[in-house]
Amino acid sequence: MGPLTCKQSLAYGAEVADVYRALDDETRRLILDELVRQDGQTLFALCSLLTTKHGLSSTRQAISQHLAVLESAGLVTTARQGRTKLHFFNAEPLAVIADRWRLPEHREDT
Amino acid sequence: MKIRLTSVYVDDQRAALDFYTKVLGFTVHHDIPLGDNFWLTVVSPEDPDGPQLLLEPSDHPAVGPYREALANDGIPLVQFAVDDIAAEHDRLVGLGVTFTQPPTDIGSAVVAVFDDTCGNLIQLITEKRDAGTGD
Repeated sequence: MGPLTCKQSLAYGAEVADVYRALDDETRRLILDELVRQDGQTLFALCSLLTTKHGLSSTRQAISQHLAVLESAGLVTTARQGRTKLHFFNAEPLAVIADRWRLPEHREDT
Repeated sequence: MKIRLTSVYVDDQRAALDFYTKVLGFTVHHDIPLGDNFWLTVVSPEDPDGPQLLLEPSDHPAVGPYREALANDGIPLVQFAVDDIAAEHDRLVGLGVTFTQPPTDIGSAVVAVFDDTCGNLIQLITEKRDAGTGD
């Protein structure tokens, strides 16, 4: 990978910061766990799982805001199925981080 | 006091009658002309004296935004109980029904949500026999 330009580097830094901020919350990590288990879920389905399976008492509005944080960090994408909004897990921002700080055995130059 | 009747708003009463009887398997209880619409109710053949579901016209201007907002977030309007939710899910998918939530274990029960093609999301539930025993 070639050196990043200054502008790209700044944008890249902001992206990584967003991803870490998004992951710095147990509810948001549980949301991602549930999307990995079953991708393409509605707000209602996620709320019912977080309440019944994980014992959270968060309101629907709170979960909606958590999803918005995950979406702005690129970890969640949405698509419509008819009139219903579905949420999907997107691992790409994590791949960027894994690529920046690779495990030694995964380094190509060693 | 008993719950005798509940309702869902439907886009088209005749199309709704088709879906609720031919696809879901309910039976007609009342189908009475009422102005431009019908007093249209269905019951479960497994519980013919049980609650009726009114398939109500959706012509009031508040109905559109109300159902739109609920459908966007995947929130069902009514819940039907089935003995075997996995089998019912497969049967309905085979008939072209779209689910917004596949059968999902929520601890005491397994639930799923489908689109009734009449403007509503409907929840199916199979409660576990051992629910409440702490298992």
